[in-house]
Amino acid sequence: MENAGYLLAAFILIWAALLAYTFIIARKQAKMRRDIELLREQLEEASQK
Amino acid sequence: MKRKILFALSSVLILLSFYMVLVFVPTEIDMGIVQRIFYYHVPLAWIAFLAFFVVFTGSIIYLAKRSTKWDNIASASAEIGLVFISLMLITGSIWAKPAWGVWWIWEPRLTTSLVLWFIYVAYFIVRGYVSGEERKARFGAVVGIIGFLNVPLVFLSVTLWRTQHPPLTIFSGGLEPPMLATLLVCLVAFNFLYFYLLSERSMMKNDERMLSQIKETMARRNA
Repeated sequence: MENAGYLLAAFILIWAALLAYTFIIARKQAKMRRDIELLREQLEEASQK
Repeated sequence: MKRKILFALSSVLILLSFYMVLVFVPTEIDMGIVQRIFYYHVPLAWIAFLAFFVVFTGSIIYLAKRSTKWDNIASASAEIGLVFISLMLITGSIWAKPAWGVWWIWEPRLTTSLVLWFIYVAYFIVRGYVSGEERKARFGAVVGIIGFLNVPLVFLSVTLWRTQHPPLTIFSGGLEPPMLATLLVCLVAFNFLYFYLLSERSMMKNDERMLSQIKETMARRNA
């Protein structure tokens, strides 16, 4: 099991980075969709006045 | 729906790859356990090359049609490619330490790969500095097309020059069947993951444009 630490380091790094990237994308997207809906509602309200 | 299928397929195959890389595949005699990094390192490189090819193609189509859809795809792919090439460089370095005794060597494969990384960092710096959506897309497309010219050089560097980097033995039958199977599972898993991320990220770029258009409309109304 010589050098197992290097394999472990690479393994953890790859999956932590990819998981973090996917998580950041998902959060950004959810926030943006909320913003778009909010702005749409505001536009509709303004056009009805 | 398509995105959910891609996500499900990539998740299942990634879990399978954990088992194959850590348990199933036999340990390579010369390099020992650290050789298992190879099963992720090669797919990371493959996805980076694929992503930059998509940037190249998307950029050409954008310049020909001036359709924002293609700029969204190109810039989303550049971002994903940059993530994958960064991980490729880091995992390569982690492998190099026990294999070569150093973290980094200025040899052709590593140097051309690092140049490729800088090119796609420059892609985002250029897009960040230029003002106006159309100009960002146009300047980005030019960097995306020119930058891709380095990809064949990275790929062929192990045959063009004398390098310390191991040559690609996949196509010459240099891998035992369990090793090849493990590599293929990792490759397919990363391909599904790439297309899932590309689909999500390019749709998100579209939402960003829509959001800025709505904000502009509101600002005009309030003025």
